[in-house]
Formats: sequence, structure tokens, C-alpha cells
Amino acid sequence: MAAVATCGSVAASTGSAVATASKSNVTSFQRRGPRASVTNDSGPRLVSIAGTRPSVRNGQLLVSTGLPALDQLLEEDKYNIYSPLLFKYFLAEGIVNGHTLLVASAKEDPANILQELPAPLLDDKCKKEFDEDVYNHKTPESNIKMKIAWRYQLLPKMEQIGPVSSSRFGHYYDASKRMPQELIEASNWHGFFLPEKISSTLKVEPCSLTPGYTKLLQFIQNIIYEEGFDGSNPQKKQRNILRIGIQNLGSPLWGDDICCAENGGNSHSLTKFLYVLRGLLRTSLSACIITMPTHLIQNKAIIARVTTLSDVVVGLESFIGSERETNPLYKDYHGLIHIRQIPRLNNLICDESDVKDLAFKLKRKLFTIERLHLPPDLSDTVSRSSKMDLAESAKRLGPGCGMMAGGKKHLDF
Amino acid sequence: MFVELNNLLNTTPDRAEQGKLTLLCDAKTDGSFLVHHFLSFYLKANCKVCFVALIQSFSHYSIVGQKLGVSLTMARERGQLVFLEGLKSAVDVVFQAQKEPHPLQFLREANAGNLKPLFEFVREALKPVDSGEARWTYPVLLVDDLSVLLSLGMGAVAVLDFIHYCRATVCWELKASILYLMQGNMVVLVHDSGDAEDEENDILLNGLSHQSHLILRAEGLATGFCRDVHGQLRILWRRPSQPAVHRDQSFTYQYKIQDKSVSFFAKGMSPAVL
Repeated sequence: MAAVATCGSVAASTGSAVATASKSNVTSFQRRGPRASVTNDSGPRLVSIAGTRPSVRNGQLLVSTGLPALDQLLEEDKYNIYSPLLFKYFLAEGIVNGHTLLVASAKEDPANILQELPAPLLDDKCKKEFDEDVYNHKTPESNIKMKIAWRYQLLPKMEQIGPVSSSRFGHYYDASKRMPQELIEASNWHGFFLPEKISSTLKVEPCSLTPGYTKLLQFIQNIIYEEGFDGSNPQKKQRNILRIGIQNLGSPLWGDDICCAENGGNSHSLTKFLYVLRGLLRTSLSACIITMPTHLIQNKAIIARVTTLSDVVVGLESFIGSERETNPLYKDYHGLIHIRQIPRLNNLICDESDVKDLAFKLKRKLFTIERLHLPPDLSDTVSRSSKMDLAESAKRLGPGCGMMAGGKKHLDF
Repeated sequence: MFVELNNLLNTTPDRAEQGKLTLLCDAKTDGSFLVHHFLSFYLKANCKVCFVALIQSFSHYSIVGQKLGVSLTMARERGQLVFLEGLKSAVDVVFQAQKEPHPLQFLREANAGNLKPLFEFVREALKPVDSGEARWTYPVLLVDDLSVLLSLGMGAVAVLDFIHYCRATVCWELKASILYLMQGNMVVLVHDSGDAEDEENDILLNGLSHQSHLILRAEGLATGFCRDVHGQLRILWRRPSQPAVHRDQSFTYQYKIQDKSVSFFAKGMSPAVL
């Protein structure tokens, strides 16, 4: 499970790895495991499930046993503006690929969530539009040899995630348009809306989880069993992937009190839920994305435990409402992405990339993830105080940034 | 098993020490490569291994084991390996009522119980078989990882009790049986949560550190991520019976994990740097 944590007020960066964004393809969504698409002996192998559509997508690793049992935890940003976007991209990709979806939420009716999915960009249109974007960025730097600042030439070009040529793996989405109704209706999806289900009298095994979690687990298990994702229904002709999306897990709407009190009575409910869910995912062909408001969780130990129980953990930190919004360093971006954990599945090594500082921005149509780069310091008349601000902020960045920060002492000649 | 790590620990599958508790600990990095090492080490040493795998599935260990030269499926078939797959069993326990006590029975209980059923399982698995001939050298219990038990509602004291009972059985009691004149070993993995203020985990870690004979601690580098050096390994021997000079020896090495092995080198001597 990937947890996306919101770290609204946490200033120090934990220096998580930006795993795959630099090498992978997608502008609109970050891909997990770039080598998953290539049958590489070092990374997890891609095994095409007999008869299904191209199934590997963001957050899914088809490992050599054929189990894409991965779950992602998405730590939400503070005001929950960008994390639903990533959540929706995950679901939209499922629809485009023909996977079965299971959407669970305590806040919104899943049918409404599905109505708001971004529209996919189909092949010719998308090529043209992206060519435009990429062209604009690339021309200034294209092949001009640098004469004065020649050291900069050695640094990799600004890592723009370019469009991928193969359409098997990942699609692009237009964030300003909605997914066409026919696509949604043609897809097979199941919704779990907590207020409806909590009053129903499903037979529930006694368990020590909060009732909301227990019901959700049973629901997921029923779907997996009935639709044969765990291999229990051998007459199923086409094996498919189940994409599970759970929104706002851990919030008080699910009946959990970890966001309200530090040592509540239900402090193990969430971790037990995650453990059993992990077990379900490992024994079936499914992948799950969960968004969690970790900035609300009072007990830090729980966050650490949740991280251990998840496979991929991604944190979103948006600049809205924080002091970084007006910081000239970050004026091009809307927020930072921290990759806190990537899995080592079926392998001793994992796909860590070198780029650790990632930032995202939501343009009119695209959601881009880029390596964080600082704007060049062009002005002659920059005052002393703002130069010091820049230096302070630059100190907090990871070692991946290629800018020389102005020191505190400003030598005048 | 990683040959370089064997050299550092001064041990081979043929002449490993017995009756020992080894504690694997990781802080800010992933120490699971040590678990893979010990699993393949003891399987190659022809020991009877009981592996309580709580955090990953069987296929994960099996695939990595193949890279390290052991076949877990074959070991399981011929009875050398008893594998408790925590994730799969948890699904069974939670969704269906079990007739007999199940090792993970505590998942169904509301308040913190104890780990007695799990202990019974381990004891049953490592019991010497009265077949007249000693097929396996000595019993080994491997747990990956103990911190998950805390996440599942167990208290630190319950987990320490479990380890204590296991130790009494695996490391000492089995010695008393006529067929098994050798003591068993135990290897457990615990995460160090660092500054996450996880008190229960700290209690568990400290309690086990005092009991162990060998502590292997995998840490991330203090300066952050590096592509060529993945972390630092601290090896600490605790030998209460030796004279004070040799009692607690500690070494530190840095390592880089590769596809099929891990290479170790002294601090600052990474081949990428030299």
C-alpha cells in the first residue's frame, strides 16, 4: 500500500527517494518501478497475465509469480487538494485498462468520485499536445554548448518527464475534462460508501477492528472471492486485476480515533486493518491505493508502523497556506513530493533513483512531476535580505539540486 | 548467504555457534537482506528451520532464496523448513472461525492477549522427531519481524515473553533430549523506530538487546542517500563468559547490496570512492 502523507507543517525534509519519476514516462502520473515494464533480471519481472489487457500500471508491479499485490499509501497534503487528484488518476487508469475497480470512501459516494475522473487523452491528440509542451521547454537548452557556465553542462538536463512512446504502459489524462460516461458505464466497479454499509446487517465475524474497517475488509474479501481474483474460480476465462482505492483512511469518518486522541482505545485498529489488507492483496491479483491524512494522526508511532506495513509510501506537501507559497524558490511549483519508501519485492535491491527532490505542479491540463530545480538568480539588484532567504531555503533542499546558494556573507568589492 | 558476511562474522555453515540468539535491527533502512542471509545460511547448514514470516509472502523469500542458492520449496517438502506465512494465515483467521487454536489467534481478540498459540506452533515445529536417526543438525527459529506483532495489538511484554519461552525451548530444552545433543539458535528482526517515539518498540528492542549474543544493526548513512553505499552495518558481540577485554566487541562496516550478494567494506573504502 502506498501511503501518501501530508506533512503540512513539517519543515525538515526526510529526503525520500524520488523513485521512478525521472526515468519513467508519465507526465500525469508517477510510475512506480520503471523497470517493471522491461523484463529485466534485476527488477521484478513483468509477466503478462494470460488474456488480460496490458495490466501493469502505476503502483502495480507484476512480479514473477504473477501477483501484482502491491499497496500504496498516499499521505495527503494538508488541505486535501492534490491527493484526490492522484487517487483519481489511479482509478482512471484502471478504467482505461479495463480493470475492475473497488472504491471505498466514508466521505463521498463512490459513484460521484467516478464521475469526476479525468478524461484520458487518446493517442494522436495527446502526441500533439505534449509535443507542444515539451518543445517549449526543450528549445532554449537544446544543444547550445555552454561557454561560460560550462560546468552546468555536466549536470543532467532538467528532468522533465517526457511522454512515453509505448502506449502499453500508462496513459495521459486531461485534468480539465471529465471521463466520458460510456467508459465509466462500460467498466466493472464496486463501491463501498460507509454510511450506507454500516447500517446493513452483513454477518460480521467478531474482530477487534472498528466496525467500519471490518465491514470494508469483508466487502473486499467478498469481491476478491466472488470474482476470482485469488484464483479460486478456475473457470474464469480472463484474469484481471482489481484496483482498490480507499480514501481518507484513518480519518474520524471511518470511526477511528487516531486523529483525535494520542492513545485512544482503537490504536491498533488501523494497523491491523492494513495487515489483513496486505494479506488479501498478497494472495490475489490486486493493487490498492490508500490516502491517509497523516498530518492529523496524533501518535507518530502509528505513522511509522503504517509505513512499515505498506509497500510504497508517497508524501505530498503542498505549498498552500505555508510560508513556502511566497518563497521565490518554489514559485514554479505547487508542492513537493516525498517518496518515503519503495518496496523490495522478490529482490534484494530496489529501484531507487538518484533524484530525491521532486516537486509537482498542476497546470491547466496536466499534473507534472519534475525534479526540483531552482530558478536562476538573474537580477542584479537583489537585496541582501532576500539573498539570505534563498540561502536558508536552499540549505533545506537535498543534495540533488544543482544551484550554488549565495552564502550569508555578501562580499562587496 | 553472503560469503563476505560470513567472513566478517567468522563463521561458516559447518561450524556455526549454537545456543545463540541473534538480533537483527534496522534503523532508517531496510535490514531484510540480513534475514535472507540467515535463512539461506541455516538451510545450507542442514538445520531444521522454523520461519515465522509475518511481513512478506512465501514467494518473496523463495525467489530471493533461489538467487542465494537455496530452494525453499524443496526444503519445505522434505521437512527441513516449517514456514508460517503470516499474511495468508491472517486472512484465514480473520474471516473464518477456526476450530483448533491457530498461531495467529490473537488477531480475533479485542484486547491484548498473549502469544501462547504461536509458541505452541513453534515448539511443535521444532520438536525432535523420533525417527531414530538425526537428520538435521540443530533447530533454528527465525522471525521476520517482531515489530509487526506490536502493530497487531500485542504488548511489548507479551512479545518478550514469547521470545523468552522460545529461547528456553529452542536454545536449552531441546538439548536435554537424547536425540538432540545440540542447542538451537534463534534469529529475530526488530525495527528501530528512531525518533518516532514508539515506546513499545523501544522496550522490545532494549529488552532483546540485553539478551542477545550477537547484534547486527543495519543503519542508513547519517549523511543521507548514496547510490554506492547503501548503509552501514554494526556488528556487536556480547560474550558474558569471556574475560572483560573480549566481552563486547563491535565492528562497523559499510555495505552495498547487489543483485545476488552484498559487498562489505570498511568505512570510507567503497570501491566507488577510491
